[in-house]
Amino acid sequence: MTRRAQEYDDIPGTFVFDAERSRQGYGINMFCMSLMKEENRKAFKADEAGYLQRFQLTAEQRDAILERDYNRMLELGGNIYFTAKLGAADGHSFQHLAAVMTGASQEDYAKMMLAGGRSVEGNRSKSGKDRRAGEKRKANPKSKPKSKPSARRK
Amino acid sequence: MAKIIAGVGSSHVPAIGAALDLGKTEEPYWKRVFSGFEPSKEWMARTSPDVAIVVYNDHASAFSVDIIPTFALGCAAEFPPADEGWGPRPVPVLQGHPELAAHIAQSVILDEFDITVVNKMEVDHGLTVPMNLLFGQPKDAWPCPVIPLAVNVVMYPPPTGHRCFMLGKAIRKAVESYPEDLRVVMFGTGGLSHQISGPRAGLINSKWDKAFLDNLSRNPKKLTRIPHIEYMREAGAEGIEMVMWLIMRGALDDDVAEVYRFYTVPASNTAVGHIILENKRKGAAARKRPAAGRTRQAALRKRTPRISGLSQSKEAR
Repeated sequence: MTRRAQEYDDIPGTFVFDAERSRQGYGINMFCMSLMKEENRKAFKADEAGYLQRFQLTAEQRDAILERDYNRMLELGGNIYFTAKLGAADGHSFQHLAAVMTGASQEDYAKMMLAGGRSVEGNRSKSGKDRRAGEKRKANPKSKPKSKPSARRK
Repeated sequence: MAKIIAGVGSSHVPAIGAALDLGKTEEPYWKRVFSGFEPSKEWMARTSPDVAIVVYNDHASAFSVDIIPTFALGCAAEFPPADEGWGPRPVPVLQGHPELAAHIAQSVILDEFDITVVNKMEVDHGLTVPMNLLFGQPKDAWPCPVIPLAVNVVMYPPPTGHRCFMLGKAIRKAVESYPEDLRVVMFGTGGLSHQISGPRAGLINSKWDKAFLDNLSRNPKKLTRIPHIEYMREAGAEGIEMVMWLIMRGALDDDVAEVYRFYTVPASNTAVGHIILENKRKGAAARKRPAAGRTRQAALRKRTPRISGLSQSKEAR
């Protein structure tokens, strides 16, 4: 079953945890939640694949977890507040995870944050839709007409 | 009668809690953040509210994905800090105000906000970090009881900004119909711009944040029209939690005094924003509204026919 396209799929580098992903990723997130308990962390560490059998996971989801492919986990319905628990169980800081997801070294990621973070310029839209919206906002501070042109384009 | 006297907006970055707990507040990186809240702590000590209503979100602590309530009101007598994987934060257990909370629940449900009542709940950094930032680090007990209002902003879609704003108005109405003279401060927490998930993680948009704070103060109705997609595009996938500030704002007068503001980038992955807004009509005893014709709103009401006046949200309280 393919995922229905959503307006927010146009935001680059972003997997919105919506109701559909929440349904799909229930097993991933409940697995991550289970790692809040020390005994479960131990059981998982002792036999990762075996432990994962306790949860309803597709083969893709299981592989993403075993490979610590955090972006793939998000794409398949994981939520960051949950998957961060897996990172913590592995002994990683959140910054480490953020760097992994962005494909940067942790040092470079930390530098980027200190310098004010990732700019929104050039990061609003895959399709370029946002540029018009962005320009409109500057030209006309009234937010009302903003959504109309994009609605018409659909 | 109880009365909402002021609103506080504050980020609730978990790393701020960790910095407090690990004694890092004097490190230059963290000092930059904490120094911005020194005047706020003084303000809070002076204001000394009887109750704080804290709008926040749970981060996979009290709620997993088994149950995802959109609005969950804490009606318990106490709320222990949650274990978020490193043991519970070393902060005092929060005392609730079950009588006022139950009154609010009853009132807002009859006002068509179908909130979830929670009689047992642990609270995570989303609530305890703003408490620390405004009340400091008390050892044994917090200076006032707290009513937590947990909002789903983790699963899309969170409630709309408009819905949040209107819930704030309904909460105000509920508070004002509570017989005891209580001075209530309302917190809206979370944000400001940040994205912590996916390849776009690290996004910060200071320009957008500043406009948000400006409008929050002076033109909140404009914010109620921002669609979710704009929050996510402009302020990051997790920045959408800024809708929670609109519950706080909706509970205040349309016209407020901005008494303090602070903004700094970054704390961990997040832009830290903070604002204090006071209602101009103060004190639990000041229940009388200004005489008709004395305010701009009242003058407007006089000029417009009653029916169209009713459709304006300012009439909802």
